[in-house]
Amino acid sequence: MLSQNKPSPFLFGYRLYVTAFFVFLAAPLISAGAFAFNDSLFPALPWQGFTLDWFFSDTEPKLGMFHDRRLLQGLYYSFVIAIFVASLSVFVGTTNAFLFVRGEFPGKNFFYILMVLPLVIPGVILGISILVLASDTANLLENRYDLELEFLRPGIILVVFGQFSFITTITSLVITARLKKFDSTMEEAAFNLGATRARVLRTITLPFLRPAMIAAGIVAFLVSFENFNTTLFLVGSEAPLTITMYDRMAKVGSTPVLNAVSFFLMVGSGLLALLSILIQRDKTTQ
Amino acid sequence: MQNKDIKRLSLILLFAPFALWILLLIILPHIGMVLLSLREKIAPRVYEYSFANYLDFLNEPIYWNTLLRTGSMSLLVTALALLIGFPIAYYIAKIAGPRARGGLFLLCLIPLWVSDLIRAFGWILLLRETGVISNFLMWTGLTGQPIEFLYNDAAVIVGLVYTVILFMIVPLVSTLDGMDNSMIEAGYNLGGNSFTVLRRIIIPYAMPGIVAGCIVTFMLTAGSYLTPILLGGKNSSWFTEQIYNQFITRFNWEGGAAFGMLLLFFTSLVVWLGLKLSGQTLANTVAKS
Amino acid sequence: MKQTSETYDLECFDLAKNFGPVRAVKDVSFEIPSGSFFSILGPSGCGKTTLMRMIAGFEDPTAGEIKIKGKSVLGVPPNRRNVKMVFQHLALFPMMNVYENIAYGLRCAGFDKDHINRKVHDVLERIALPDVAEREIHQLSGGQKQRIAIARCMVLDPDVLLLDEPLGALDLKLREAMKIELKLLQHQFNTTFIYITHDQSEALVMSDNVAIMNQGKFEQIGTPQDLYHRPQTAFVASFVGDSNRWSGTVRSGDKTGGKVETDQGLMMSFSTGKGQTIRDGDKVDIFVRPEFIKTVRRTKSKAKTAGTDNQMDGTIDSLLFNGANSRVLVRTESGELVESDVVLTGDNDLKPGEEVSMVWSSRQAMCFSRGEQA
Repeated sequence: MLSQNKPSPFLFGYRLYVTAFFVFLAAPLISAGAFAFNDSLFPALPWQGFTLDWFFSDTEPKLGMFHDRRLLQGLYYSFVIAIFVASLSVFVGTTNAFLFVRGEFPGKNFFYILMVLPLVIPGVILGISILVLASDTANLLENRYDLELEFLRPGIILVVFGQFSFITTITSLVITARLKKFDSTMEEAAFNLGATRARVLRTITLPFLRPAMIAAGIVAFLVSFENFNTTLFLVGSEAPLTITMYDRMAKVGSTPVLNAVSFFLMVGSGLLALLSILIQRDKTTQ
Repeated sequence: MQNKDIKRLSLILLFAPFALWILLLIILPHIGMVLLSLREKIAPRVYEYSFANYLDFLNEPIYWNTLLRTGSMSLLVTALALLIGFPIAYYIAKIAGPRARGGLFLLCLIPLWVSDLIRAFGWILLLRETGVISNFLMWTGLTGQPIEFLYNDAAVIVGLVYTVILFMIVPLVSTLDGMDNSMIEAGYNLGGNSFTVLRRIIIPYAMPGIVAGCIVTFMLTAGSYLTPILLGGKNSSWFTEQIYNQFITRFNWEGGAAFGMLLLFFTSLVVWLGLKLSGQTLANTVAKS
Repeated sequence: MKQTSETYDLECFDLAKNFGPVRAVKDVSFEIPSGSFFSILGPSGCGKTTLMRMIAGFEDPTAGEIKIKGKSVLGVPPNRRNVKMVFQHLALFPMMNVYENIAYGLRCAGFDKDHINRKVHDVLERIALPDVAEREIHQLSGGQKQRIAIARCMVLDPDVLLLDEPLGALDLKLREAMKIELKLLQHQFNTTFIYITHDQSEALVMSDNVAIMNQGKFEQIGTPQDLYHRPQTAFVASFVGDSNRWSGTVRSGDKTGGKVETDQGLMMSFSTGKGQTIRDGDKVDIFVRPEFIKTVRRTKSKAKTAGTDNQMDGTIDSLLFNGANSRVLVRTESGELVESDVVLTGDNDLKPGEEVSMVWSSRQAMCFSRGEQA
């Protein structure tokens, strides 16, 4: 399987396989996106002609996504949650990176494994365990001290905590990898030129980390936006988009407005992903 | 000296967010879940510690059958993802030209940025009775009436492999990318054939990547919820569905917590066995990807 | 900035640094006069980088004293010492352009914009790169980066400039050119340069004074010529320049010189180096540089060449042609290989296999006691 130079029937077959794989990758995405433009009440063949109704129409039965209040609300909640999760997890990811790259303390390897662990815990379990702890604490406080802490009940804050619990691992790994590549003589050089500790951090180290922090933030944003398993257990009345879509699918069945949302999300994430690639490819990595 | 105090202080300041995160969102919730799972409701508002919830699991074959089924199907999905993904990763890392490489890698990542739900939705539109494939087969005349591809194990497996294969390919590409091409050439030069070079040089070298991919793939599969429910329908019998039912439908949190612990314990056991058998550690596989 | 001729820019007294049980620097003392080019030359791992980091303030000495312009700097943090450093890989800041790199230290010192602007352009003029201010670092050539790294320090008017093997990453041709350029820059700025290297040609070509460092200690401090022609220890003799080496036992010796029987059983005469005492029966090493050995075709009549009291016969084993620096390897009758410089004219030259005689003066045979009696 390894001959690289001469064109052989084997290599041809190999290429065919790779092509087939990418068709396999693209097929469901294309079908999810394409039916958004089919002028039909069902996301199915035959093709009835091109339409943008599923985005912009304001009348039933073809209520477009931009006029569907519940979908728009879901989009808004998702956005708010993702912003919080991204900023929090980038912050903690950065402190974690400094902790594990620069810090020397007993049990470092053990703590590092603890840091990676949330990535391999099933999301469902993260969701229920946080739900259980939050509810227990809330009940305890209510019974003992008559204290009603609303944020411990299912809702946006709990969703943020739930997603933050494993997304922080991702941001930590991304930022740690970048910090490891940092040439620490750069900091010494800045000291040598008379800079204070704070100034070195502000003018040398953080600018070096910035591309990784932005990329990690984008990844965190996207993972938060698309998360379902953890969110499912922690969600209150303010349902984010994936939960709203799931409800719609379960109650109404598949409708092309879901294709429209899918298309919208694919374009959005595609652009964000592209942005993160462009940022990571900046001049300082050369 | 003063310098030492500053170092200490900054270490503590850096450790605080990490400790808060791991303690409040990972360790304490899991301890809480263990305690909850050991609690039995005897009368309203009266509880006692016992293994009753775990005994329920053992006494009801449908529960442990579901867990075993989830486990074995997850292993199958992991194996399929490795078999399908390895040649792709190898092609991207070693055969594609330098320019095509980046592009192909990005193509691989694109589905990663789309939610589970949309991916599953796409498969539904392809596979169902009125779906694209069924229509296509009728159009070519291969079949006279619509065929339902959805709601069976094969559909679940296809959907799961699709969902997780990226997590297999990404670590594989990064390890294979780090492999010096001259190692492969040296393997041939010393008289190996394609098979021995693959078996003796490439696979051992890629082992950390393979194990990392397998762990993440397995955990994601076993913990997945949407794909089996949406593609497998009512009788998908996935263990996460049981947890959901206990929690949300039956409002039996004690039972749900016990099931959660069982899933965690079972999947960790499989991962631990996998690490032992392959001689790798968590730190040099998953943590690196 | 008044200073008398006696003031030294940098003085170190009994400086030592331990890393746990490892003694990286052992009781090093030296002083460097103002405005000179001083090199510290030693093999890798000899402690020279640790010494430099102590001067810059990145390491605290275990014992000893460092004075800059007569004032102790112990306890002064690196960002408050007026000692600037050019790092091995230069450590130019890639996220800033040339102007911002050079202005960095001035901004830290809190100068106003106009002053900074003037100083940056002034220093760029002096390093003959007036037009690169707006360039990004990755657009510069290797030699330009060197000069920017030096300018970034020099713009702050340091008392001492430390250079930690900054030429190591350059290719050979550029390195040769930069040696001369560094020397010229030092003259121009008239600042004390302390240059650390393991490359003897860099140290010898550029420096006013060189310290040879080995295993945490200074073996010898002197001018390049001193070190080359009058080494005080066997290590300096073998580390600086090439040499042939014989071990042997002194058979008859006095204050000026004597005869040694080498381990191969040959008699050899030497002259005693400065500050050495060689007694009969001492085990010694003898070093003779290849350029002082004259190799001639062996003739029947054994006429002695004037002023050469050592002679050895052998056969040419191989010829190492390198233009003006060509050499022959001669296999002696006792089987060892001796290196000798030869002038090859391209006409009737020595060839491998030819029988030759090698002669040299005892004045060029440097002898060092091994500190053990036979």
